[in-house]
Amino acid sequence: MIAFGGAIWELLSSDSTYASTMRFSTLLAFAAIGEWIAERAGTINISVEGMILTGAFTAALGSDLTGNVWVGLLFGVLGGFLVAYVQGTMSHRFGTNQFVVGLTLNVLAVGLTAFLDAQIEPKVGPAGILRIPGLASIPLIGPALFERTWIQYMLYPLIPLAWWAVYRTRWGLELRCVGENPQAGDVSGIDVSKRRRQGVFVCGLCAGLAGAYLTLGHTGSFTANGLNGRGFLALAAVIFGGWTLKGALGGALIFGFFQALSSVFQALGYKANAQLLTALPYVMALITMLVFAHRSRQPDALARPFVRGLT
Amino acid sequence: MSAATGINGEITSSELNQQPAATPTAERRVRSTPSRWRQVVPTVLIYVVSIAVALALCALLVSTTGGSAMKVFSALLDGSLRSPGSWGITINTAAPLLAVAAGTIVAGKAGLSNIGQEGQVLLGAAATAFIATRLVASGPVVIIISLTAGAAVGGLWALLASVMKFSRKVPEVISTLLLYFIAIQITDFALTKRWLLASLSTDSRVNNGQPIKRNARLPGFELFGNTISWGAFVAIILTAVIGIALARTTTGFRLRMLGLNPRTARRAGVSAAKIGGAALVVSGATAGLAGSLWLTGGVPGDRFTSGMSSNLGWQGLLVALLARQRAALAIPMAFVFAALRTGSQFLSATGVDRRIADVVQAMLVLALLVGAALEMVQKRRAERMAAA
Repeated sequence: MIAFGGAIWELLSSDSTYASTMRFSTLLAFAAIGEWIAERAGTINISVEGMILTGAFTAALGSDLTGNVWVGLLFGVLGGFLVAYVQGTMSHRFGTNQFVVGLTLNVLAVGLTAFLDAQIEPKVGPAGILRIPGLASIPLIGPALFERTWIQYMLYPLIPLAWWAVYRTRWGLELRCVGENPQAGDVSGIDVSKRRRQGVFVCGLCAGLAGAYLTLGHTGSFTANGLNGRGFLALAAVIFGGWTLKGALGGALIFGFFQALSSVFQALGYKANAQLLTALPYVMALITMLVFAHRSRQPDALARPFVRGLT
Repeated sequence: MSAATGINGEITSSELNQQPAATPTAERRVRSTPSRWRQVVPTVLIYVVSIAVALALCALLVSTTGGSAMKVFSALLDGSLRSPGSWGITINTAAPLLAVAAGTIVAGKAGLSNIGQEGQVLLGAAATAFIATRLVASGPVVIIISLTAGAAVGGLWALLASVMKFSRKVPEVISTLLLYFIAIQITDFALTKRWLLASLSTDSRVNNGQPIKRNARLPGFELFGNTISWGAFVAIILTAVIGIALARTTTGFRLRMLGLNPRTARRAGVSAAKIGGAALVVSGATAGLAGSLWLTGGVPGDRFTSGMSSNLGWQGLLVALLARQRAALAIPMAFVFAALRTGSQFLSATGVDRRIADVVQAMLVLALLVGAALEMVQKRRAERMAAA
């Protein structure tokens, strides 16, 4: 028991734990912000996985073509948006079931990026690390938050921006309205399908950013199939967080921590079962949802297609 | 409105439309019957055009990356249909796909989206491997017990998701998905332990299971030089039973009511937890059975390997969705998907990465989805014209 407590202490007092956690959490946080907006508008966007993966690949492509990290980033965001465009148009213009479209897009994204990666083999110029003097010297969390790739810093303004857009603008109010009661929104003159499409589009932009972060800031290369279901963890984070922004970000942080555990454990010299460590984030996501999901109220019209006049 | 939560929303709502018989909509439909022939032609045209566009995009993709599109398509045909013995392989691949699809239809009709079949297939195959490498008995007994074990484990895995859904409100969409990633790790763990699945020999081939006993493999029969496993019949009978049960039994009726309109179903005394939970379990069980069929009658090789479900679950799910939740349509659809799968094994000769087959598959699915969507849009427009 004492040894176990010592291990926990060592884990929590090590800089690398926090740095590693942020490395994984940033990806989840970018994606979770987007997914949160899409879900507030009433879409359970399971193609977020495909969006991140596509963004990761197009970011590698952009970086390979121009050698410029900014172009890579732009390509990544556009890649995510491309998938979102198909998802949004299919599910909220043509009325195709959103899970069906999302699933197909995920399969397509995995196949297409793996195929193109094998053909093109893009070389990635990773984004450099930017140390923010002063803030980076805060013990424990300083290096994790302020001595990282500059792509992670884009997350910090994005959080209040997303909050402001959803809770403090007319657009955000309408967005939440179509997620709660599309009939009421329709009656008051909101174009329900359009708002829902926009929710998915924003999700695509954020997920594309997450993908670009994965390629340019985290791994420094594109790995076919390398996402391995982490996009779904972002989805789980939103549900865990009870469809609030801070909850979703908290979920991203927790699931990121459990992903970081496997590398941190090895770095600290502990031995643990490799499969258990890999499964841990998913297990924890399920357990946390078991505990918290029933307490929160989901958007009323979540995953429910809108058909005008049919009640 | 709340009815349209089924996994295939458009079908759900169109079936709903038919219920009130003597409404103006029905009259309109009657008035528009003379032009039925004119309605069918554009529908076919829409599908033909969207599939052609999808194939053209794939061809473009192949030729821009330096391959020959014609060679790719001809290799796909060779591998799946034209080369000797390939029909049998395609049918044996179609069997597990069909089994997955049949279960997906059950869940879909109940308005539930089980999308973790991949994991259920994997665990089903693992359970079958566990029994089939150990049990000493006569052939039929081993086969029946090992297939049942596969179905049971697949069903149990889905039961987890259904308990989470109906007692703790965890959406089954996300729980089934997350359970897939846990299933991978469980089977990989089992492949590291000899008392579970790991190979007894100490050769360097890690992550391979013990070979299953010869009498545990499904028998097959020869037909024009093709070996067709009995698994194909298991899958077809399963699909037929499910189709009939959904259409003709009280439970099937309750299940469909739950999917079409949960509120009405609740008022009519249908328990969402019981019927819906059972539907999820059935879909998991057939996926588990699909894993068993794949291991004992489909897969090349005789042992459980890491990640051996190799997209069968996802593809079976797509089969069900494209068959628009109709059991009878799922049979040819499963065959098409199986043909693309087996065909892709001939691709290496053309020098094109075999993953192009995944792309072709997904593009075809998208094409059919777009086709269905455009058809809907067109129908809606026609109705609006008729009303004006």
